[in-house]
Amino acid sequence: MTSLFEEISPTPADEVPVRQITLTVNGQRRSAVVEPRLLLVHLLRQGFRLTGTHIGCDTTNCGACTVLFDGTPIKSCTMLAVQTDGHEVMTVEGLAGPSELHAIQEGFKEEHGLQCGFCTPGMMMTSKALLEENPNPTEDEIRWALGGNLCRCTGYQNIVKAVMWAAGKLDGAGGGENAETEEVTS
Amino acid sequence: MTALDEVKIGGMGASRRRVEDNRFIRGKGNYLDDITLPGMLHMEILRSPVAHARINSIDTSKAWAMPGVRLVLTGEMMASRNLAWMPTLSYDTQAVLATDKVRFQGQEVACVIADDPYIAKDACQAIVVDYEPLPVIVNPQQSMAESAPVIRDDKVNQPDNVIYDWEVGDKESTDRAFAEADVVSKLELHYPRSHPSPIECCASIADFDRATSKLTVYLTTQAPHIIRAAVALVAELPEHMIRVISPDIGGGFGNKVPVYPGYVASILASILLERPVKWIEDRTGNLISTGFARDVYLQGELALRRDGKILGVRMNTLADHGAFFSDAQPSKFKIGLIHSAFACYDIPTAHLQARGVYTNKAPGGVAYRCSFRVTEAMFFQERMVQAAADDLGMDQAEFRRVNFVRDDDFPHRTPFGFLTDSGQYAKCLDVGLEAIGYQDFLKEKEEAAKRGRLLGIGISTMTEPLGAGNSREYDILGIKMFDSAELRIHMTGKALLRTGAKSQGQGHETTWAQIVAHELGIPAQDVVVEEGDTDTAPFGMGTYASRSTPVAGAAVAMVSRKIRAKARKIAAHLLEISEEDVEWELGRFYVRSNPERGVTIQECAAAAYSNMPDGMEPGLENVAYYDPPNLTWPFACYIATVEVDPETGVWDVLRVVAVDDCGVRINPMIVEGQIMGGLTEAYAMANMQFITFDEEGNCIGANFTDYLLPTAWETPGFELHEVVTPCPHHPIGAKGIGECAAVGGPAAFVNAVMNALQGTGVRNIDMPVFPDRVFRALQTREDIGGAPPVRAEV
Repeated sequence: MTSLFEEISPTPADEVPVRQITLTVNGQRRSAVVEPRLLLVHLLRQGFRLTGTHIGCDTTNCGACTVLFDGTPIKSCTMLAVQTDGHEVMTVEGLAGPSELHAIQEGFKEEHGLQCGFCTPGMMMTSKALLEENPNPTEDEIRWALGGNLCRCTGYQNIVKAVMWAAGKLDGAGGGENAETEEVTS
Repeated sequence: MTALDEVKIGGMGASRRRVEDNRFIRGKGNYLDDITLPGMLHMEILRSPVAHARINSIDTSKAWAMPGVRLVLTGEMMASRNLAWMPTLSYDTQAVLATDKVRFQGQEVACVIADDPYIAKDACQAIVVDYEPLPVIVNPQQSMAESAPVIRDDKVNQPDNVIYDWEVGDKESTDRAFAEADVVSKLELHYPRSHPSPIECCASIADFDRATSKLTVYLTTQAPHIIRAAVALVAELPEHMIRVISPDIGGGFGNKVPVYPGYVASILASILLERPVKWIEDRTGNLISTGFARDVYLQGELALRRDGKILGVRMNTLADHGAFFSDAQPSKFKIGLIHSAFACYDIPTAHLQARGVYTNKAPGGVAYRCSFRVTEAMFFQERMVQAAADDLGMDQAEFRRVNFVRDDDFPHRTPFGFLTDSGQYAKCLDVGLEAIGYQDFLKEKEEAAKRGRLLGIGISTMTEPLGAGNSREYDILGIKMFDSAELRIHMTGKALLRTGAKSQGQGHETTWAQIVAHELGIPAQDVVVEEGDTDTAPFGMGTYASRSTPVAGAAVAMVSRKIRAKARKIAAHLLEISEEDVEWELGRFYVRSNPERGVTIQECAAAAYSNMPDGMEPGLENVAYYDPPNLTWPFACYIATVEVDPETGVWDVLRVVAVDDCGVRINPMIVEGQIMGGLTEAYAMANMQFITFDEEGNCIGANFTDYLLPTAWETPGFELHEVVTPCPHHPIGAKGIGECAAVGGPAAFVNAVMNALQGTGVRNIDMPVFPDRVFRALQTREDIGGAPPVRAEV
């Protein structure tokens, strides 16, 4: 496949160079034939239909496209798909199974760590990497770790709380501060 | 039978966790770029690299020849279909694709539609445009010079670059007030250009189906119904054959209100190709071409009595609107609601003279987290107030207290003619001063000064008009600014609610259901909320200017009451009593004389489909259009403390206290989220967000490496407090809140820095208050203006 964007372009240009790559995405081995210039974020979104990873700035500033590359958060809008050949990529869709939530996902909901939701997948992926390296981060450590992820809605304070909530839960404490009111929605 | 617990059913006052989060946290949101239609093509826009030039020729032949290219659109092709120009929301015109000239850097010149966005981008590079450069105008001062070229020579009756001269207030009595004043305090300011920059850029998918003649347009729009009307007018398509769908939106902040050329071009492309056409704007395109905000200069004067009483206000503003006057604002107000300034103070008279001009910059003037220039109004107001207090040698808190409208003085006519209706201004200020420890801080500041440290405290207090409008005064292109809600109660008591608003993160799916729960006792989790599809939602003016809760939220309450009125008749039938003997408590009707006997709202819903009274129309659904009697007037007091490093000019925020009175809070958690988001934008404006232009009109700040948005690291922590004064005319007593902190916040930060510099003779540093500006002010002991021109003095 040379183009991810059409049910295969009817007239694929013969001279377009392509390369076959194999990578692990959210625990599954996947193969793709891609142009060397294809961005990883486009492979994920168009090729694998994993649209939870977003594009916000094209220049590695906003972090909406953050995924984990062999466990390390990277900006998939400035990494080429071919660079992932033989590596592991995790996206927001890989955080938890279909009927469950990761503690970070729960924390973002419990602490109102999102509004429009566009930056949220990237925020959560960065948070995941942070908590794996540092299970009990301070507020400053969280703020520093999230420095590559922009949010225009929340003012970050609740995002910091969300990560702390998740840290608390993962630590076996059963969740950070209690919800103020009884949960009425599923 | 015990009454329902309103908080337990997710009613008013419940910090209910958000329904929409369930999809967002799983990465299952449905944002525009997530939509893929069969056979979809991709559009890319070629933009002008120069700010002002005549177009001699456009050669698209190489682009056409590239494999995978389906269509190349130019202004000439648009013109042949009468689509080269489109109307703006302020009765001006804007080029869709340039024909004669380009008038700002980033203007849309041509579009390529191809099988794949990579091919479309390649093909844009293959288009050759011959530009003949023209003199460039980058600020209003140049624009008004005698020798200035006329930027809009496409328009008849446009001999110069002035768009409007507008005035409001009473000039004569204001002149008298100044003649009688003990002291006149003057201040000159620039509220710099800023860009809302939601993390999701603008985008569209146009899908014209020849078989049905129906055009479906997926758009990142905050106002889908207005867009449908605009598309009907611009593209001359019948309105019932246009369906606008606004899916999940990745932030709006006013940026996604206007109609953009990319939308129109993608629609034409889809009609011509009879295939879906997707356009995804890139970040640079978003920053250099879509609705910016602010860019207003002020000369302000306050007539003062020596005891601190403000006798009169004089404001003279000059606004830079860029190349096309495309402000999204109520039609009759040329500079938005900038005359809402000083509404919280009891001032006998005021006069404002406003002028707007064209320049070779991107068009805009959108309400960036703002009710139509209210942000400028409140910033000017609070900077002038602080300067006046300093000029009089008066304490800044005391000066405000002396001038506040008193709690028993409502309704109150503001100096520019608005009518405010409620508030406890002095109480909010007191709560704020208490929280920050005002007197202690003043002592600390004095002590610190002895050791050469510069501490400062800034206050900003304001009431602002949110929730346009009332239909007498507020319309956009003649469409009155009401809003709507439609509620269907199903047989099992579950419900579907649709409104004419459109959430972009405000959480409508959660809070609208809470209003239904409050009015009907149906648990919020039993109410699903839908917005953004013009084929299903009732007509509404959309979400911006903090108008959702004041207008659409009121419509939700009103439609719920209509449902309750019908359910009461059904209850009387079920209880076999007359309607007059039926009483209501949350979720249940009962017999007045025998409260144990009753029927629930769910039982009434079932009966509406299975056991209605004779002669009653079946079903339980209704629609309400709500035309508010007035704006709502929330009040806020923001206080920031800072420390300025005299060696470098760097200032650090020590604390931020916010006291907001937005009336009754539907969901306190969401309200606080809105306030914190607004405070962050306020801090960003005061500290770093800077998008400007060099002498040639090149945009400085065309990506997020140059246009700095605050990260978690820089953003200070916020301490929130509340006062509740219900809105007397809103059905549930709520007032707008979304923009308050972004509107009132910037002055608190700037006032804090200026307070730290008190005694140096410096009265103003324009935003962003960069360290180098502070440093220079400390060296020169002079005010620092941020513009014009232009380049960041880094």
